[in-house]
Amino acid sequence: MRRPSLAPSDPLPRMISPADPASPAALFAGSALACHRGGRDVFAGLDFALSAGDALVLTGPNGSGKSSLLRVMAGLLPPAAGALRWQGVAIAEDREAHRARLSYLGHLDAVKPALGVAENLRFWVDFAGGDAAACEPALLQFDLLELAQLPARYLSAGQRRRLALARVVALPRALWLLDEPSTGLDQRSVAALEQAIAAHRAAGGIAVVSTHAALTLAGALHLDLGRLAEEAA
Amino acid sequence: MKPLAAIVARDLRLALRQGADAAMAVLFFVLAVSLFPFGVGPEANVLARIAPGVLWVMALLAALLSLDRMFLADYEDGALELIVLAPVSLPLVVLAKALAHWLVAGLPLVVAAPILAVLLQLPAEGFLTLIGAMLLGTPILSLVGGVGAALTLGARRGGVLVALLILPLYVPALIFGASAVEASLSGAGARPHLLLLAALLAAALPLCPIAGAAALRQATE
Repeated sequence: MRRPSLAPSDPLPRMISPADPASPAALFAGSALACHRGGRDVFAGLDFALSAGDALVLTGPNGSGKSSLLRVMAGLLPPAAGALRWQGVAIAEDREAHRARLSYLGHLDAVKPALGVAENLRFWVDFAGGDAAACEPALLQFDLLELAQLPARYLSAGQRRRLALARVVALPRALWLLDEPSTGLDQRSVAALEQAIAAHRAAGGIAVVSTHAALTLAGALHLDLGRLAEEAA
Repeated sequence: MKPLAAIVARDLRLALRQGADAAMAVLFFVLAVSLFPFGVGPEANVLARIAPGVLWVMALLAALLSLDRMFLADYEDGALELIVLAPVSLPLVVLAKALAHWLVAGLPLVVAAPILAVLLQLPAEGFLTLIGAMLLGTPILSLVGGVGAALTLGARRGGVLVALLILPLYVPALIFGASAVEASLSGAGARPHLLLLAALLAAALPLCPIAGAAALRQATE
């Protein structure tokens, strides 16, 4: 069964096709990627190719490998087979350069309860080599500026998620890898997230987003990992 | 340098705000050492004889107590993944974490040791050597311990595992640390022992961060 597109406002969702990962237009591409976890194949033979300004939405049932694919893309998890390329150069050849161009948002928010909201953000910006001046706009973007001095232990789950998103926004990175970024967010924050992704893409960035919720991302590519597994079976 | 300064500053700030954690190691050290005069009796000769060994063994155990939280909090809240993914050399991050651990858990031991040495009737000529040996030895405890803490991430009952893994590796520091103080008391001169301690530290400084970084990569896979 074909899943309905996740972006109802998007008239023509482009299904990701066996794009040519070697094509010169592709900024970030993967070819024949496979991943084994716990003795089973999570996915195999996965290809994708993304150009500047593209967004890729990963869908699929629980356990279909959305998080694993994002971790492979980030370089946290070595792929069991296949290769990832950035501008045609395998990322395995220069991991440091790859880390310098990506921002990863996992399931966990990496927020220290004992530090203030602004302190939490400032640490990551200082640590990852960002510009301290980017902190305030990022907090403003996710409506956290009023809470800036509050110890993060008083934040709700959604507010912690917003703080984690502010970290992604505050760092100037070309590649965003977001694992279920809208978890716990209210409608207004989801809109802020969609806006942030749109602005990132408008500036030539790439966003790969796994989601169960309906995120409105205009012209996004879709990759259904559940369907990929069915086809392979 | 800025990322490393940021991580040391953050760890110190966290330790200060969660004061109980930081005080635990040094309080354990003080309490455990002060049990010995009760246990073996107040005779100055006996206490002075065992003082160097008791101080070092208790310092090892106190350092061990604080080890498991070196990476665990970052592992559990997802910060470790982001640290591994940052464009910063991971061995240097491990070095910065070990430095922060030493400032929080190791340096208080160095400060407390001479005070406890008074309690154990250590003769006056041993004090300087004791402080010097502790200054050289406690960073080794943080560095080697960091490898153990990184290796046991994700293991159930990691605290016990760390002790089993790391205590044997602490033996050289214990031998040279205690024998340095004893040598200065017997008049033989502590210099060779201190030099050997310094050699251990010089070896641990580059090797432990590399091993720790490999363990962290494994843990975040």
